[in-house]
Amino acid sequence: MRVSVTPEIVAAHGLKPDEYAHILRVLNREPNLTELGIFSAMWNEHCSYKSSRVWLRTMPTTGPQVVCGPGENAGVVDIGDGQVAIFKMESHNHPSFIEPYQGAATGVGGIMRDVFTMGARPVANLNALRFGAPDHARTRHLVYGVVAGIGGYGNCIGVPTVGGEVNFDAGYNGNILVNAMCIGIADASKVFYSTASGIGNPVVYVGSKTGRDGIHGASMASAEFDENSEEKRPTVQVGDPFTEKLLLEACLELMAGDAVIAIQDMGAAGLTCSAVEMASKGGLGLLLDLDKVPCREAGMTAYEMMLSESQERMLMVLHPDRTDAARAIFERWELDFAIVGETTDTGRFIIRHQGETVADLPVDVLAEQAPVYQRPWTPTPPAPYLPAKEIPDTDDLGATLARLMGGPHLASRRWIWEQYDHMVMGDTIQRPGGDAAVVRVHNSRKGIAATTDVTPRYCAAAPKEGGKQAIAEAFRNLCAVGAKPLAVTDCLNFGNPERPEIMGQFVGCIEGISEACIALDMPIVSGNVSLYNETSGVAIPPTPAIGAIGLLADVDKMATVAFKQDGDEIFVIGETQGHLGQSLYAREIAGRKDGAPPPVDLAAERRNGDFIRSQIIAGNVAAAHDISDGGLLVAIAEMALAGGLGCMLSLPRNAGPRHGFLFGEDQARYIACVSPQKAQAMIAAAQEKNVPVTRFGSVAGRDIVLDGKLVHSVAGLRSAHENWFPAYMEG
Amino acid sequence: MKSCVIVFPGSNCDRDVAVAIEASSGTAPLMVWHGETALPACDLIVLPGGFSYGDYLRSGAMAARAPIMRAVLAKAASGTPVLGLCNGFQIMTEAGMLPGALMRNAGLKFICRDVFLKVENTDNIFNRRYASGQVVRFPISHHDGNYFTDAATLDRLESTGRIAFRYCAPDGAVNASANPNGSLNNIAGILNAAGNVLGMMPHPERLIAPELGGSDGRAMFDALASLLQCA
Amino acid sequence: MKARIHITLKKGVLDPQGKAIANALSHLGFDGVEEVRQGKYIEIDLADGDKAQARAKLDAMCAQLLANTVIENYTVELQA
Repeated sequence: MRVSVTPEIVAAHGLKPDEYAHILRVLNREPNLTELGIFSAMWNEHCSYKSSRVWLRTMPTTGPQVVCGPGENAGVVDIGDGQVAIFKMESHNHPSFIEPYQGAATGVGGIMRDVFTMGARPVANLNALRFGAPDHARTRHLVYGVVAGIGGYGNCIGVPTVGGEVNFDAGYNGNILVNAMCIGIADASKVFYSTASGIGNPVVYVGSKTGRDGIHGASMASAEFDENSEEKRPTVQVGDPFTEKLLLEACLELMAGDAVIAIQDMGAAGLTCSAVEMASKGGLGLLLDLDKVPCREAGMTAYEMMLSESQERMLMVLHPDRTDAARAIFERWELDFAIVGETTDTGRFIIRHQGETVADLPVDVLAEQAPVYQRPWTPTPPAPYLPAKEIPDTDDLGATLARLMGGPHLASRRWIWEQYDHMVMGDTIQRPGGDAAVVRVHNSRKGIAATTDVTPRYCAAAPKEGGKQAIAEAFRNLCAVGAKPLAVTDCLNFGNPERPEIMGQFVGCIEGISEACIALDMPIVSGNVSLYNETSGVAIPPTPAIGAIGLLADVDKMATVAFKQDGDEIFVIGETQGHLGQSLYAREIAGRKDGAPPPVDLAAERRNGDFIRSQIIAGNVAAAHDISDGGLLVAIAEMALAGGLGCMLSLPRNAGPRHGFLFGEDQARYIACVSPQKAQAMIAAAQEKNVPVTRFGSVAGRDIVLDGKLVHSVAGLRSAHENWFPAYMEG
Repeated sequence: MKSCVIVFPGSNCDRDVAVAIEASSGTAPLMVWHGETALPACDLIVLPGGFSYGDYLRSGAMAARAPIMRAVLAKAASGTPVLGLCNGFQIMTEAGMLPGALMRNAGLKFICRDVFLKVENTDNIFNRRYASGQVVRFPISHHDGNYFTDAATLDRLESTGRIAFRYCAPDGAVNASANPNGSLNNIAGILNAAGNVLGMMPHPERLIAPELGGSDGRAMFDALASLLQCA
Repeated sequence: MKARIHITLKKGVLDPQGKAIANALSHLGFDGVEEVRQGKYIEIDLADGDKAQARAKLDAMCAQLLANTVIENYTVELQA
């Protein structure tokens, strides 16, 4: 059916009039509907990064540890011994809001494909989740579905979900964030990329069949000229983890040989993006014959096949003489395998369907001439410093601590992570609940530590400082388990970039992240950008979620947060100034949401982080914990809960206002527990490195006691901490 | 020891149990694809955990009808030890090797955590390195582990000592609050009448070394390795 | 020939999903829901022309795979 392209159809495809004018100019004719759909897929924000690209280019992406930075399916870093870690984090926000189980599940499936497409076996999944206020009508339903979906997919495929973070904030009432991260391990000599090469090489489709899943953008337009619109209505993408498990094993088996020239996961607008990217990177053309594409439903149009987001599919360019062997592998795993096209030297993306050429477009225009916008931006007005004296101290320390520990921000996430298989594969050395998860590299003593972090309330108050803090906290979480931080993946979630104040948040966060990545030697190797997270003009808080990994040379030299034994001395590493602005204490206890977030001193972060790591590796540290949300007393309480032991604390003489010392969220700090025999050695080492160390007490008994007065029993705190989540979900 | 681990499409603890067997016995097991129809001479067969066929239809239902299962049933009948872990236990009940069924957890959620188990029967090749009544800590990780059977079968299992493990509190008390999934009589694992087939929901293969958080599972693989090496 | 197969839990077998559905219904304000039992519904297209043969085949399918007769009952409905 021939449909002429009207301005309404162009708009329904998310293309601006000037973008469409550019298409008319380069084609020198009107595109047909299939071609328009292909342009809309390639030139949308998700594929082309048209609003963010100019800023992403400014970020640090190189370093001696980086094997492959952004631009491939995932980032690749060297972990020694001829091995690499391959990892990435990606958003699946909107689908998860519409259908939380399938949205989250397919997010997990997609990020794992990004990793094993490059030849790595996935070894760990993490996630960063943001939901609306707990009392918002949809929040409970969304939490339930997202958690079940993440578990349903990861558990079935058999990759442990080892860590993550969860926030609740009214700013996400209309736009939740589901960011999924996957880490894989590969031999450095067996990494696969998406650059096609050679002329006349077969283009091969493997995995599941193509259906009408998630055909976006065009739904409104296509309904107008189709009498079967009900039947053809785009459907929610449904994940099939069983098929992905088979696809994973089949791909890794194929990759053990030398058949693969290029491989690309079919994610958003699967067939279109994967084909164009492989051809573009190789400077080639590509011919597709849609009659060969395995379809789940009869009568699919070229438009639908090219835009389908059916899951668990891959596109590959193979060596022609290895094609039969490759086919045998996929058939043994009972997966579809079809030669659907070939590479050409024409530089054109040509699609044939039922004997007709249904699209004929220049590859380079699709891939490289996507519009790039220098969006106007206005900086976020600076937030004034909020001194501790403007916020009242608490007269009931125990109740305040219990309220923080038993509230939505800090309550135990056990309800979530017990629904994730976090032990399968038999290499989980540090389970959820600590600073960073640690998985052993199979058949070695090495460990990969991983964490996800960002504090959106800091980013909202001061984007640049918030961006720095997100990297700094990830750095600390890795150092606190004894890992050397290696590299970062980021998932930049923001509102509408066409609003200058949102773009200002974006720019500020990027500047802060970049500065911190350079100072802490953690380059960005992969990531994604999710914009337009807003409903009725209300944007989410700026949320540049950071996923970071680090390396432990020996998993026996690892720290955990749990208090280990009575008598161990408790030290605060780093300087405490009592900064309460944007702290949980200020917001939750004092009801103050104003003020600047704690400033980040990157030199101090580097110095203190290198120090705690060296002390862990030297065997001087019995337990370590980064100090972040909630401040010092919360960090102590978390260590007490993890170890089932109490402590006797005494405020140092120069502590300043008590609530500032106990609840301030000053950066670059850790708590270290050290046996009395090793305390002197640690203090001496700290002095040598100019690292501030303050003795704060010792591990003792079953209560938390400050200056001789009971703050709270550990058992009582445990019920407050553990009960909130299950009680909320049942409520 | 010669052992075989059966690999179904969707098995995902096959490597984990192979690591445990090799750690105890020094010999890696043979991984046998579900589509095979014969098994080599061996001293132990393991049906591993995972999501065979995605747990679609019912957990273990389709794997129980896989070609290799005929050979597994024959070996079991002739006395070869067969160990079913998690999805392996579900496959065993679906295949009729063990009575009863594993239904959706009473709390309806997937549960992954360490649980305490009381070792009930130690007079079998799997448990002989544990003391009767000993409390051990193994992880569970399942959505369908709620053991059900009819009253007569339950009586028979109880009266003939065929309960291998029960969920319990850390002090060994068997009560409702220690039951993670609603299983009848807190049953976590059962034996066949001959005692050579054990099916259990918990994962001994996941806690075989201190760095993994515990080593209570190691004794099961040590027991199998030493017994079968003497044979 | 089209067959519709309903698979239900046997009487007396605890149905936690059914219970959860009943609770949810009462939370939504639907009074008077005394019990909910949930199950599966499977459609099968058969090439066979003979109804009796088809029924025998479907019975075998249910007994061997589709239902777990330890805990489940099934009914087969044939449509021409």
